[in-house]
Amino acid sequence: MFPIIAKTDLSSTVSKFVIGAPYIAKKRKPGNFIMLRLDETGERIPLTIVDGDAAKGTITLIVQAIGKTTRALCGKKAGDVIIDVVGPLGNPTPLEYHGSVACVGGGVGTAELLPIATGLKGLGNRLYSIIGARTQDLIILEKEMSGISDGLYLTTDDGSYGRKGFVTDQLKELLEGNLGIEAVYAIGPLPMMKAVSHLTKHYGVKTYVSLNAIMVDGTGMCGGCRVTVGGEMKFACVDGPEFNGHEVDFDELMMRNRTYGDMEKISIERFENNGKEKSFK
Amino acid sequence: MSEFNSLKPSERMKIPRQQAAEQAAEVRSGNFLEVSLGLDEVRALTEASRCLECKNPVCIEGCPVGIDIRSFVQLVMKEDFVGAVNKIRESNYLPAICGRVCPQESQCEEVCTLGKKHPAVAIGKLERFVADYEMKHNLFTPPVIAGKRPEKVAIVGSGPSGLTCAAELAKLGYQVTVFEALHAVGGVLRYGIPEFRLPRYILDLETERIKALGVEIRTNFVIGKTATIDELFGEWGFSAVFLGTGAGTPTFMGIPGENLSGVYSANEFLTRVNLMRAYSFPEYDTPIKIGKQVAVIGGGNTAMDAVRTSKRLGAEKAYLVYRRSRQEMPAREEEIHHAEEEGIEFLLLTNPKRIINDGNNWVKGIECQRMELGEPDESGRRKPVAVQGSEFIIPVQTVIEAVGQKPNPIIQATTPGLQTGKRGTVVTNEFQRTSREGIFAGGDLSRGGATVILAMRDGKTAAAAIHDYVSSRNNGNTIHRPETEHPDPAAVHAT
Repeated sequence: MFPIIAKTDLSSTVSKFVIGAPYIAKKRKPGNFIMLRLDETGERIPLTIVDGDAAKGTITLIVQAIGKTTRALCGKKAGDVIIDVVGPLGNPTPLEYHGSVACVGGGVGTAELLPIATGLKGLGNRLYSIIGARTQDLIILEKEMSGISDGLYLTTDDGSYGRKGFVTDQLKELLEGNLGIEAVYAIGPLPMMKAVSHLTKHYGVKTYVSLNAIMVDGTGMCGGCRVTVGGEMKFACVDGPEFNGHEVDFDELMMRNRTYGDMEKISIERFENNGKEKSFK
Repeated sequence: MSEFNSLKPSERMKIPRQQAAEQAAEVRSGNFLEVSLGLDEVRALTEASRCLECKNPVCIEGCPVGIDIRSFVQLVMKEDFVGAVNKIRESNYLPAICGRVCPQESQCEEVCTLGKKHPAVAIGKLERFVADYEMKHNLFTPPVIAGKRPEKVAIVGSGPSGLTCAAELAKLGYQVTVFEALHAVGGVLRYGIPEFRLPRYILDLETERIKALGVEIRTNFVIGKTATIDELFGEWGFSAVFLGTGAGTPTFMGIPGENLSGVYSANEFLTRVNLMRAYSFPEYDTPIKIGKQVAVIGGGNTAMDAVRTSKRLGAEKAYLVYRRSRQEMPAREEEIHHAEEEGIEFLLLTNPKRIINDGNNWVKGIECQRMELGEPDESGRRKPVAVQGSEFIIPVQTVIEAVGQKPNPIIQATTPGLQTGKRGTVVTNEFQRTSREGIFAGGDLSRGGATVILAMRDGKTAAAAIHDYVSSRNNGNTIHRPETEHPDPAAVHAT
């Protein structure tokens, strides 16, 4: 059993959880993820570890209520427990000194980006960060990112906060400015990472993306998370989740991620209509 | 006492082999309940009385874990069913599982003396009967455990080799901890073998009996990630480690269209159903998509499990596509037979060439090519050769590839000095020792894909070797290293 030690709402749909998981807390590195299962009838879903405290034995997750399980999780409170949490899984993000780097976070992807950006800053990189979201309410971790960045840029699709437009508009300006950006780390929705990779390829700037594929076990057993990278079949869980964005077949992955779309809707409707009491069991 | 005890051999031979009742094929292909209902008491007694009680019981040699089959069958004959199951448990701690999934027809029953002229004694069904009898009447008593020893042994993976190794070491008094990556115990017995062959309650019960020996089981713990092998030796204080992590990484054929929606590895397909209970969606969260027409590629037990599961999930047509002929199929005869009974359509001498896109990145068919058998290949089986111009398309919406698994690489990648062989297997000698001191391995991890019972044999062998290793270390001796190191595990386990 893994207790929820603390829960903070970051926006109307995004919550931050501190979870007791001492072994994972000790071993986790930026880029690692966990698989969790909420209860006996639950599915296993991957979530990136955003932070951790080895001394306190806790890990931090930031979750947006999108699917059935993330909605159920966001309905939980401090003191509740999660029956299964396993990790840290996946390879840590390769962090190195590049000189100047750009970190691009889209929506809740910013949460996954924060430990990477922190690590990159710690290595002495000059850090330019872009946070983008659909609308102001979904911009998260502005303060935290601002604290470590040499330049922080905000964009919203609807212009409700920061620059109106996409993260790529801002990134293009940075790449064209004389900042000497040698690498880009992008985490967010697949269309965003695809657009970023497309842009940076044009400028010949190395780009790391973190792929969120469908997973069952998260340890290399099912092959459900297979992605085509550089023409080869890779498993996002054990070969990734970070890959060279210029080599990823994003279109294929986006198609694969839609496999269960209709069933996810059924799950969500069922949860919203009658399943809510389940989370208080 | 049974009236059969006084029968002469000639009389025994006249008794027909007793058949276990089964769910009717048309009924069971719509549910996940067990296919075989097992022998009842009368049939078990009758079956046991067929045993010739040979002076030289070759059946015991045919058993990979050396169960004293003659004695246990004699105990059945005497109606001492609990005595019989305890006799089995001396050599095999998981009788209810082995009585269900062991390929007896190619082991003990294959060499049975009676079997030379008549059908062999149904040893497997008798094993299952006594295990079920004990369970039904709640007569299990844990075996005597030797005096507690201070040494801790770590078992990595809770599949058949790990559970067996854990039980054997616990009986010797060791403090045993089993580390399991998934949230449930059993490894391939849990995620791979369907409930209609091995009901979940059997696995749960056998697990409880392992725990009854004092074994600690930690689920949600990935060795190589949550803690490394070197940390198990270091801060965790384990004296020895047994690796039984199986062959859980699926391989794909490498044909076009494999990444379309509707294509599964057998591992993913079976894990969704067996471990995550996708057949009960939306009550259980995990989804699965099954087409009206399904093609399963492969000819092994995993392929049989997947294709029979497809039928149970509602596929109207479930095809098994195999590039050789029925004779070369590695699956157990009983499983092939059950699949045929359940209306699975076998497309033999048929090789998939590509999976066809419906235009929306979903599977709509599979293009295959007819094959014919040529000269024997390195496996001794006749090699299939493509018939030119014989391509044809099968309309299917789901494709499941059951074309082999290899070991998960996480432990090998995080354990310096651990020697690996072909296809990522961990190299062991005949005592299941690896290239690293104190680390032992067995089951599919060292074999690359075999049976539950061979995994259990490895677990037993390793437990004995670990006992030797820990004892000799305590006596201050240097470790005895056998001279015959086998770089290729296949050389050790050639069967």
